[in-house]
Amino acid sequence: MSKLSQLAVGQEGVVASIDASNIAAVRLMEMGMTPGCPVKMIGSAPFGDPLEVEIRGYHLSLRRTEADLVELES
Amino acid sequence: MSVDAPAQTLTVALVGNPNTGKSTLFNGLSGIRQKTGNYPGVTVEKKHGTFNHHGQKVNLIDLPGTYSLAPRSPDEMVTVDVLLGRQANEIKPNAVLVIVDASNVERNLYIVSQVKELGLPTIVALNMGDIAADRGITVDAAKLQDRLGLPVVVTQANRRGGLEQLRETIISLLEKPATAAESPFPAEFREKVDQLQTQLGKVSPDTPRYLAERLLLDTTGYLEKEMIGGGQDLHNWIVEARQSLAQQGQPIPAIEAISRYKWVQQVLEGVVTREANRRVTLSDRIDKVLTNRIAGTVFFVVIMTLMFQAVFSDLVAGNLMGGIEWIFEQVAGVVDANLADGALKSLLIDGVIAGVGGVLVFLPQICILFFFIAILEDCGYLARAAYLMDRLFSKIGLSGKSFIPLLSSFACAIPGIMAARVIENRRDRLITILVAPLMSCSARMPVYILLTAAFIPDESYLFGLISLQTLVMLSMYILGILAAVGVAFTLRKTILPGETPPFVMELPSYKFPSISGVLSVMVEKAWAFVRRAGTLIFAMTVIVWALSYFPRDEKAAVAPFADEVVQLNADLETANTAEANAIEERLSEIQNEVDGELLRHSFLGMAGHWIEPAVRPLGWDWRIGSAAIASFPAREVIISTMGVLYNLGGDEDEESQPLRETIKSAKWADTEENVFNIPVALSIMVFFALCAQCAATLAVIKRETNSWRWPIFTFVYMTVLAYVGALVTYQVSALFLLN
Repeated sequence: MSKLSQLAVGQEGVVASIDASNIAAVRLMEMGMTPGCPVKMIGSAPFGDPLEVEIRGYHLSLRRTEADLVELES
Repeated sequence: MSVDAPAQTLTVALVGNPNTGKSTLFNGLSGIRQKTGNYPGVTVEKKHGTFNHHGQKVNLIDLPGTYSLAPRSPDEMVTVDVLLGRQANEIKPNAVLVIVDASNVERNLYIVSQVKELGLPTIVALNMGDIAADRGITVDAAKLQDRLGLPVVVTQANRRGGLEQLRETIISLLEKPATAAESPFPAEFREKVDQLQTQLGKVSPDTPRYLAERLLLDTTGYLEKEMIGGGQDLHNWIVEARQSLAQQGQPIPAIEAISRYKWVQQVLEGVVTREANRRVTLSDRIDKVLTNRIAGTVFFVVIMTLMFQAVFSDLVAGNLMGGIEWIFEQVAGVVDANLADGALKSLLIDGVIAGVGGVLVFLPQICILFFFIAILEDCGYLARAAYLMDRLFSKIGLSGKSFIPLLSSFACAIPGIMAARVIENRRDRLITILVAPLMSCSARMPVYILLTAAFIPDESYLFGLISLQTLVMLSMYILGILAAVGVAFTLRKTILPGETPPFVMELPSYKFPSISGVLSVMVEKAWAFVRRAGTLIFAMTVIVWALSYFPRDEKAAVAPFADEVVQLNADLETANTAEANAIEERLSEIQNEVDGELLRHSFLGMAGHWIEPAVRPLGWDWRIGSAAIASFPAREVIISTMGVLYNLGGDEDEESQPLRETIKSAKWADTEENVFNIPVALSIMVFFALCAQCAATLAVIKRETNSWRWPIFTFVYMTVLAYVGALVTYQVSALFLLN
C-alpha cells in the first residue's frame, strides 16, 4: 500500500483508509477524504510542503505529515 | 438561557461552508440593517441583520463559515449552541438557511446532513451557479429539493439574484411544521446515541440529541470536559460504547464522515451532471501558474510589494494622510483663534485634536490595507498566500495563515490583528495577535528617522550602495521579526501549548472580486477602527494630556522672564521691521522655554524624574523617560514631547533640523556631558521597536480577543522586552563606542 504523500504530481489514487486517531485525519474526513474517494495530486508549495490535491471536485491543501495519514488502494 | 422571539417574528440562522458567498447573501438580504458584536468569552463575531417582507419582520443571525458542526473548541461551540437555542442572550432560531456552493455540492451537503439532524425547518440556498456552469457542472435544483425533502432556492448572491424568492420561501416557513430530524447513521449507532441521551438525562435533563451524538463522536475530549466534567461512570460508558461500535464495523470517529458522505452520494445520484471531459477552467490555469514554484513565487513577491507600495506611496496614502493632518490643523487653528488661553484650549488642541488626529492619520493606510486584503480574500488568493508561506511558519509552530496578518502589521498592527480572524485555530490566532505589534509599523518610522539622521554617521559602503543609516533602520525591522519569532516560539512552549493545528484547507477557485463586497468589508473594518479612536484612545490621550498639563504654576514659570518680556513688548512698539522680527523670535524662544519649564514641572515631568533611576541604565535622562511615558497613546508622540521638553515647541517633526541639533547638544544636569550619543540613540530606537506604546493596538487586541487579559499581557511582555532590549543595546554599544 502507498500513501497519499507518495503520489507524483498529476497521479491519481483511491483512498483506502485513514489513521483516524489524529485530529488532522478527522478534519480530512470532514472535508471529504473518506475510503473509496478518488484523489489526484496537483502539486506542492515552493518549499515542497504543503501539498495541493483534488478531491470531490475541489482543491485541498494539506501538509505532508497529514498526507502520511492517508493510505491509498494499491 | 435563550430568549424566546416575540410572536410572529421569524429568526433565521445562516450557516454554510466558507467561500460560498454567505456574507454576500447575508448583506443582500439585510442591506444596511446590521449589528455586529462579540459573543461573551469567545472570539466569535456576533452578526445580526433584519429584513421586512410584506410586513413580516425577519431576524437574521450570520454564523461563522464552517465545514462541519462538530465543536472541538469554545469558539466552535457557539455556532452549535446558537442553533440549539442554548446560547445566552441569543434568540433561538426558528429556521436555518444553509448556503451551498453549486460548484461543490458534494462537500457542501456534509453540513446539510448535520443541520438536518437538528430538527429545525431548513432552507437550502444553492449559490454560485455561474462558477458551476463555468466548470461544466449542472445541478438539478428541483431534483435536489425532492431528494433532500427541503426547499431549495437558486441564488446568485453577487448579482442579488434569487433574493426575492428566498425571502418568500423564508416567510412561507411560518405556516409549515418543523421537519422531522433525520440521521444518516446506521441503526446500531443511533441506538447508542439514544441510550447516551437517556444517560445524560440523569445529569442534565435538557440535553439535545444532537449533543449526545457529538459527545459520542468527539474523541478529542473537549465535549466530555464541557458536558460531563469528571463524570467517570459516563466516561466509561462512552468508552465501552465506542469499543462495541468499532467491533460492529462502525469505528468512531470515522463512522461520521463515512455515513454522511454515503448519504450525500445517494442524494446526489443523478442530481449533479458534469461534462464528460472535465473542462480545464480559467481558474485551473491561473492556479497552475500561481502555485508554480518559480512563477508563483515571483507573482507572490510582486503582489505583496504592490500592496506595500500602495500603503506607503505618496500618491494615495501620503496625500490622504497629508489631507487628514491638514484638516486637524485647520480645526486646531479655529479652536486656537476662538478660545482664550487656558486649560480648555490646551485640552482641545494638545489633547483631543493632537491625540485623536495622530491616530486617525493612519486611517488611509488602514483602509488601503483592508482594501487589498479584502480583494485577495474575495478572489481566492489569500488561501494561496497561506499555502505558499506555510512551510516557513510551521517552523515556529504557526501556519501560513499567520502570514497576511503579520505582513500587514508592518504598515499598522491594527489591520494586521483584525486580519488574524481568518485563522480559525484559537491558539494560532492568539499567538499571531500577540506578536503582530512587534512588526515595525509605520508609526515607528518617525522615531527611527529622527534618531538615525541625528546620530548615525552618514557613511556608506560598497561604493555607496549600502549606507550605514539604512543598515541601522533595517536592523530595527529585523529585530522586530526576530523578537516575534522568539516570542511565538516561547508562547507555544509555555502558556499556549498544544500540537501544531492541521493545515487542511480548501483552496477555493479563483473568481473576480465583487467590488461592493470589498468596499463594504473595508468600510466595516475602518469604522471599527474609528470607533476605537473615538473612545479608548480618546480617553488615553486626555489622561496623558492632563499629566503633562497639571499642576500648572504659570507664574513661577514666567517669573524669570517677566521683566524681559515687558521690555521686549515695549521695544516692539517702536521697532523697525528687522528689529521687530528679532524681538518676535526672542519672544517665541521665551514662550518655548516657559512651555518646557511647565512640562518639566508637570506630573509627567515629575514621573520622568521619578523613573530616572530606572531608565538611567538605558542611557536615558529624565526627559527621555517623560517622553516615553507621554508616548503611551501613540509612539510618534515622543517626537513632539521631546520638542517641548527641549524648549523647541510642540510642532517639531522627525525632519526638523533644530530638534536634531538640540538633542545633539543636550547636556546632563550640572555637567558638560552630552545626553545623546550613538548608544543612547540606539537604545531609544530598540525600545520603540519592541515596546507596546500604542493605545489603539491594545484596544484592538481587547476587541479581537474579547478580554482585557491579552492586551495587558501584550503591554507587559513588550515593555519588559523593550526595556531589556534597550538596556542590553546601551550597555553593549557603550562598551564599544564610548571611552
